[in-house]
Amino acid sequence: MERYECNGCSYVYEAGKGDPHNGYPAGTPFSALPDDWCCPDCAVREKPDFVKLEETPA
Amino acid sequence: MTTQTLSEAANWKDGKRRLWMMGVLWPALPLISAALALSTGVGLFWWLTPVVIYGVLPLLDKLVGEDTNNAPESAVAALENDRYYRLATFLFIPVQYLSVIGGAWLAVRGGLPVPDILGLAVSVGLVSGAGINTAHELGHKRENLERWLARITLAPAMYGHFYVEHNRGHHVRVATPEDPASSRLGESFYAFWPRSVIGSLTSAWHLEKLRLERQGKSVWNWRNDNLQSWAMTLVLFGGLALWLGPIVLPFLIFQGFIGFSLLEVVNYLEHYGLVRQKEASGRYERCKPEHSWNSNHTVTNLMLYHLQRHSDHHANPMRRYQALRHFEQAPQLPSGYAGMIVVAMIPPLWRSLMDKRVLAHYNGDVTRANIHPPVREKILAQYGAAHPQSVEA
Ligand SMILES: [Zn+2]
Repeated sequence: MERYECNGCSYVYEAGKGDPHNGYPAGTPFSALPDDWCCPDCAVREKPDFVKLEETPA
Repeated sequence: MTTQTLSEAANWKDGKRRLWMMGVLWPALPLISAALALSTGVGLFWWLTPVVIYGVLPLLDKLVGEDTNNAPESAVAALENDRYYRLATFLFIPVQYLSVIGGAWLAVRGGLPVPDILGLAVSVGLVSGAGINTAHELGHKRENLERWLARITLAPAMYGHFYVEHNRGHHVRVATPEDPASSRLGESFYAFWPRSVIGSLTSAWHLEKLRLERQGKSVWNWRNDNLQSWAMTLVLFGGLALWLGPIVLPFLIFQGFIGFSLLEVVNYLEHYGLVRQKEASGRYERCKPEHSWNSNHTVTNLMLYHLQRHSDHHANPMRRYQALRHFEQAPQLPSGYAGMIVVAMIPPLWRSLMDKRVLAHYNGDVTRANIHPPVREKILAQYGAAHPQSVEA
């Protein structure tokens, strides 16, 4: 499963979990998030600031 | 981690550890002043809280001076996980509510003359305002408990939407012309106040509307964080009105107004004139230490949970207050926030103290500052850059 980490805090976006609080349901791939999507934890890093991590088995 | 950093972490002691409990003194001030006024019969004691905040704190800042001590990076994890520091912020809340509820009761049932009630209302309002600062510390955290406590702490100041707007609005747009809560060079506090109050409210509403629309819900939904937070104010004020009668409502609304105005004057001085430049991509440069005004004045820092180490807070919003750092390159205010809020309320004094600091920060190039549009020409003429295009040269 694809994982992306915020480069400001330790939040990790996992497509399997999504970001439902902000309206991106579980299963939303990282590529489908808009560019102005903000880190849901620190809110000061946006999608382009995220770093791809090694994928885990889905 | 090397052995050297390990021993560094083990040897480092937080000199301010015990002192952080002083934060609880602020919400206790109206209770102390009531005890003094009622036991001595001296009505002036009802005004003790504003005298302490606007007079004694700035004086203590001057006497006690500054503290630039930073925890070594290797000690930060343990410092952040030490639950004692969390307890210090949690304890603020029951004392705050005791002041608000006790103040409301005294105002209605105390048989006090109007000037004394006014002093009491201002005092309780200053506690509600400090509550926004405590809520600010709590509202940035991941833990659900702290997030809920943040909203309970915001309720008396009628500012529940701060919880939404501060994190997802202000932090995203800080030190840009688009941020209602970043003040501009040449903008007086009295021009800033309505712009920030109205702008923050509409932005918070808009943010929740967009969020709920993405979830396929209407903005009129109980999951709307703004509606939830405002409901807490309604429950608090409604409960007190049922108990003490509707006559308590003017007292509550007035103290709330004082409370959120205290937040707005603090907002005013945190980013005055500072601006992030746009990168070639069209995005703003990331918020850096030079985009916030800081102060290391020890006493106000203890009362406000290091809020004045504002640059580190904007760079690392999740960092807990006890671990926030002083940065050498961050612009420094001439006094602590407590003294500067008094200055901010006197615009000519503020401009004479701060405009030159903004100018010096930008090496005399006023065009690099965040200039208030209505006075732009005047500022450019005044500070010697009548031709804004010269910045390209
Ligand atoms: Zn983050």
